[in-house]
Amino acid sequence: MPEAANPEHAARLKAQANWIRLSAMTMTNHAQLGHTGGDLSSADILATLYLGGILRVDPQQPRWPQRDRFILSKGHCSGAFYSALALKGFFPRDQLKTFMDPLSMLNGHPDRNKLPGVEANTGPLGHGLPISVGAALGARMRGETWRVFVLTGDGELQEGSNWEAAMTAQHYGLENLVVIVDRNRIQQGDFTEKTLKMEPLADRWRAFGFAVVEADGHDCKALRDRLSRVPFEAGKPSCLIANTVKGKGVSFAENQPAWHHGVPTREHLAAAASELGVEVDW
Amino acid sequence: MEAVAKAVENTSLHDCRDAYAEALEKMAAGDARVCAVINDSLSSAKLKNFKAKYPGRFVNVGIAEQNMVGVGAGLANAGMVPYLCGAACFMTARAMEQVKVDLAYSRSNVRLCGMSPGMAYGQLGPTHHSIEDVAWTRILPNIGVIVPADAVETRAAMLYSLKHEGPLFLRIARMPLPDVHKSGYEFRYGIADVLRWGRDVTLMACGVMVSRALEAAHMLESAGVDARVVNMSTVKPLDRDAVLDAARSTCGIVTAEEGLAAGGLGGAVAEVLAEEHPAPMRILGVRDAFAPTGSAEFLLEHFGLTPGGIRDAALELLEKRR
Repeated sequence: MPEAANPEHAARLKAQANWIRLSAMTMTNHAQLGHTGGDLSSADILATLYLGGILRVDPQQPRWPQRDRFILSKGHCSGAFYSALALKGFFPRDQLKTFMDPLSMLNGHPDRNKLPGVEANTGPLGHGLPISVGAALGARMRGETWRVFVLTGDGELQEGSNWEAAMTAQHYGLENLVVIVDRNRIQQGDFTEKTLKMEPLADRWRAFGFAVVEADGHDCKALRDRLSRVPFEAGKPSCLIANTVKGKGVSFAENQPAWHHGVPTREHLAAAASELGVEVDW
Repeated sequence: MEAVAKAVENTSLHDCRDAYAEALEKMAAGDARVCAVINDSLSSAKLKNFKAKYPGRFVNVGIAEQNMVGVGAGLANAGMVPYLCGAACFMTARAMEQVKVDLAYSRSNVRLCGMSPGMAYGQLGPTHHSIEDVAWTRILPNIGVIVPADAVETRAAMLYSLKHEGPLFLRIARMPLPDVHKSGYEFRYGIADVLRWGRDVTLMACGVMVSRALEAAHMLESAGVDARVVNMSTVKPLDRDAVLDAARSTCGIVTAEEGLAAGGLGGAVAEVLAEEHPAPMRILGVRDAFAPTGSAEFLLEHFGLTPGGIRDAALELLEKRR
């Protein structure tokens, strides 16, 4: 039976995603700063990429030249990202407890010069996709077969630089580029559709020359299934719109704009641990 | 410029853009990591030959400077050494956050070749002038700022850039310039290039102002003044020792640059003097203004960025000392 279809494996991936969730919330509680809503919406995507056998990366050689590149364009979701990197083995898990501490390598937003496994310094939105397009062009120039995966927010796509980069990706037919949109429908201030309409989002990507697939962004099996079949169409860049719920997995935070950067209390953490069915061991 | 040419090595004028383009082709021939990124105009970037020879290592992102700089960072992540070539005014101002984050903060191995900087676009006006670029790039950590003085130094600085680790901003002049260097000149990053030793006063300049500073020294010589001329082509990291030596051994320093007087070469020199050895100084540049309409040559005159203007500033410093 292929691994993706193995129910035991799918259950393990789900548990790992939930561990990423609780780890990120615990980090946010520690720092009294963070982005709970997006950490929770992106956890299954990150778990699938790093622990579901999608990304060809080697934690022992973080700068292995032939590695796949993963760029977290929504750099504010560093809590979930760092937890995924630690779980994959890029650095010891106990480092997570230094999140945002003075001189920690776990800055509020990722710094590639501090932390193994980070490819790009992100935080201001609309930077990850142009960088990813450059990396994909670079792979082609070097005749390499590695791929570039970039995770963007949905509100983030209001930054025009994304669409500049999308045009380049189409023009150069970058089939080694995969954009994953964490479509949780909430940005910092409010719901995306109330703030600045993003729909028809899939059609927009199609109009920019991408092969677009939509999936339940919390179904690790579906995500694996899609992401293990890139490019979605020969000669085109791929876009996976992962339909997610902001704050997913923790009922009090789900679909609440206030939890974009809400900071959980110890009571919240206990409730979250119980709902998620995991313990944080660092 | 004829008067200027008399004071320098070679009386004919050369286009720094040709030197940069030739150097880039030469580097690409010897190193498969070298690639070029432009934002629309092949002729502005002077890369027609590069594209013809290395089509696989040439990217045109269209009119999209933010994307251009991000693409550069991504190419560097992939192990390439990208040269981003476009009008300095758009590549810096339009993409400043990308320059800060994707290049400087990230320490990406990217070279920004800012074409036609300063007031080179003359009559096109302040939208197309790039008098702010040196100040903007100089204040960012990690990024080196190089303003070559002539075609010889442009070529040498380009060849140096391939060995450099980290981001660089190279300002490539549009105005044809006389050579102030002999062929075979080797660019030394971060080291001031003394073109003429002198005991009375020091003239420090970069870019198109260097040949003008040499001509000013020539004029001062006729007036019995022995002027030192220093080409500060590396504006960052600034050669502090050269500045302090000039402050200690001459009566003061006149800086001259084709850009804002605030924050550029003059600002960098003033920072060193203020902290370590206060000395009389004059900063020649564009003073808190956007340029009026006029050709590049006219605008340099308008702002006193001429051999005569530099000479007068030097004489004022000498007068102060007396």
